Amino acid sequence: MKRQVEEEINQLKAKLLHMGGLAEEMIHFSMKCFIERESGFGEKVFKNEEEVNRLQIDVDELAGKILALYQPEASDLRTIIAAMKINSEIERVADQAVNITQTCTLHLFKETPIKTMMEIPRMATIAQEMIKDALDAFSRGDVELAQAVLKKDEEEDTLKAKVLSEIIGQIRKRPAQTQQLVDLILISRNLEKIGDHATNIAEDAIYMTIGKDIRHPNQQEPSSVIP
Amino acid sequence: MENAIEVRNLNAYFGALRAVKDVSLNMLEKKVTALIGPSGCGKSTFIRCLNRMHEVTPKARSEGKILIHGEDVQTKDPVLLRRNVGMVFQNPQPFPSMSIFDNVAAGLRLNGMRNKAVLAEEVEKSLRDSALWDEVKDHLDKPGTSLSGGQQQRLCIARALAIRPSILLLDEPCSALDPISTAKVEELIHELKSDYTIVIVTHNMQQAARVSDFTAFLLLGEMIEYGVTSKMFTNPSNKRTEDYITGRFG
Repeated sequence: MKRQVEEEINQLKAKLLHMGGLAEEMIHFSMKCFIERESGFGEKVFKNEEEVNRLQIDVDELAGKILALYQPEASDLRTIIAAMKINSEIERVADQAVNITQTCTLHLFKETPIKTMMEIPRMATIAQEMIKDALDAFSRGDVELAQAVLKKDEEEDTLKAKVLSEIIGQIRKRPAQTQQLVDLILISRNLEKIGDHATNIAEDAIYMTIGKDIRHPNQQEPSSVIP
Repeated sequence: MENAIEVRNLNAYFGALRAVKDVSLNMLEKKVTALIGPSGCGKSTFIRCLNRMHEVTPKARSEGKILIHGEDVQTKDPVLLRRNVGMVFQNPQPFPSMSIFDNVAAGLRLNGMRNKAVLAEEVEKSLRDSALWDEVKDHLDKPGTSLSGGQQQRLCIARALAIRPSILLLDEPCSALDPISTAKVEELIHELKSDYTIVIVTHNMQQAARVSDFTAFLLLGEMIEYGVTSKMFTNPSNKRTEDYITGRFG
């Protein structure tokens, strides 16, 4: 017989995964908006954001209800803790996609494009993959996949550093286009942040699955010594 | 910190039935240890071995070694042992014909205390320690049975504390109480652990999580897992513990 708390937890997970799917789409549309300079994609981003915000409240309410009604323990408790944290991470991912879209529609579209910087779409693809994999790791309790997400973040950080150094060089050469180049830095920063949120989700997935908090490896674990 | 209780390879029987199977564990002084597990898993039998109450049951016997503050319980006079290892049961049972005062004083009188002033002082201290004093101080002469269920249970705790044990065994002390009375007894456990070593048997998992420092999980007489409570309830090591505390069985 399926436990009632299990049904509620599955419902909670389903809501989070749906929310994560919407956030992934938002990254995709924000990049379309950036590359194709088409504000129609921006509208899709804003539409998804409303749904993500609504789901964020839904997820918190459901998690609160499960805590209050079932007082879950052990892996059930860890799942709720992880879900509540991941809920905030996804909402912030959505905010980053909104920021990218706003940078495009408010500034970039008004200027003549200077150069297609291939690292930025590449960063977006990696960020999107990281979010998808981190959420899959959460959904399936897959520690290996979660660890692969952590590894991928290094790639994202390297690309961000590359974009930054290239843009600084460009600003020196074309100071008149500084505004546009700073916007590119902001976008790469937004994408890097999405990678960081995916990393946090992956860490939460590991905590949920094996009960190990890997966020700060040098921290001492609480004592579990028995007399 | 020292071990107040050391249990080595304890087996307890009711006739041919082995209710506790080869359990070994230590319990630290002035800490609360909770025993959890489904009905019939041997947790009450286990704590009844600690003050040799188990052997009072016909055909019951036990094997193995139990040391209380380093002394083998089998070498102790059971009456003296139980003075040091007090016990409170599931259903509060004040002595029906006695007043609130006399319920608490009974153990002291049995131990030969006659001085009225000292008795009054000790009764007040025990009632204060069991967080009941303020509720009963103006009618100590009323029957113990006139109190509410929660108050009766705290009266039984006061009665156990009066003879100054060092260890307190609580066998499902809140299972017959309403949530408010339960909360009061839990607060009391929290207060008492600065002076007493407490072992509590409970069916209420959240209660074990709230009141104890260490938890042992028993199943069919075996100890499946023993650990720090916060870890047991967030990340137990054994699959059967996980399944029990998340309600997958039991």
